[in-house]
Amino acid sequence: MALSIEEIKKLIIESIPDATIEIKDLVGDSNHYSAKIISKIFNGKSRIEQHKMVYKSLKGKMGNELHALSITTEGK
Amino acid sequence: MDIKENLKTIIDSNEICLFMKGVPEAPQCGFSMAVSNILKVLNVNFKGINVLENESMRQAIKEYSDWPTIPQLYIKGEFVGGCDIVKEMFESGELKKLLIKKELV
Repeated sequence: MALSIEEIKKLIIESIPDATIEIKDLVGDSNHYSAKIISKIFNGKSRIEQHKMVYKSLKGKMGNELHALSITTEGK
Repeated sequence: MDIKENLKTIIDSNEICLFMKGVPEAPQCGFSMAVSNILKVLNVNFKGINVLENESMRQAIKEYSDWPTIPQLYIKGEFVGGCDIVKEMFESGELKKLLIKKELV
C-alpha cells in the first residue's frame, strides 16, 4: 500500500508540529517522493540525527509501505 | 558467526563499505547506483555488500545503524549516511574533505 502526500505530511506533523513541509511526487506513482522539511527541532543536530527524526515520525513505514522518500532537512 | 559480529567484522575490516542493492558493477536500485557512482567519481576503493543476497544481513544493518533504508555508507567504521546525505555531502565537497581527513584519497 502506497502512502499519499497528505498521509505523509500528517505523520510528520504529528511528531514535528512546527514543521514546514514540501512534498513532491517525483514520477506520479504515489511511491517515489521527495520531501523538504524545515523545523526548529533540527537546530544543532547532525544530518543523520535530523533524518532519523523524520524516519521515526513515519513510524516504520519508511522502507516498507513507503519505498522511496528522498529527504532534505533544514533548521530554522 | 553471529550476523551482528559478521557485520561488525565487515565494517571494521573495510575502510569504505557500502551496503547496497546489487553490486557496484551492477546496482539494482537507483539510490544504490547513485552512491556507488559517487564513490567511483571520487576514485576511491570500496567494498560493496549486496544485501539482496542476504536477507538477515539486510535486517541486521538497519538495526545496527538504526536507519531504515539501503544504501548505507560507512567510512572507517563510521556510518556516514544514506543516499540523500551522501549526495548532499558530495555536492558540497564535504565528502571529499572527509575522505582527505581520513587519508583515503
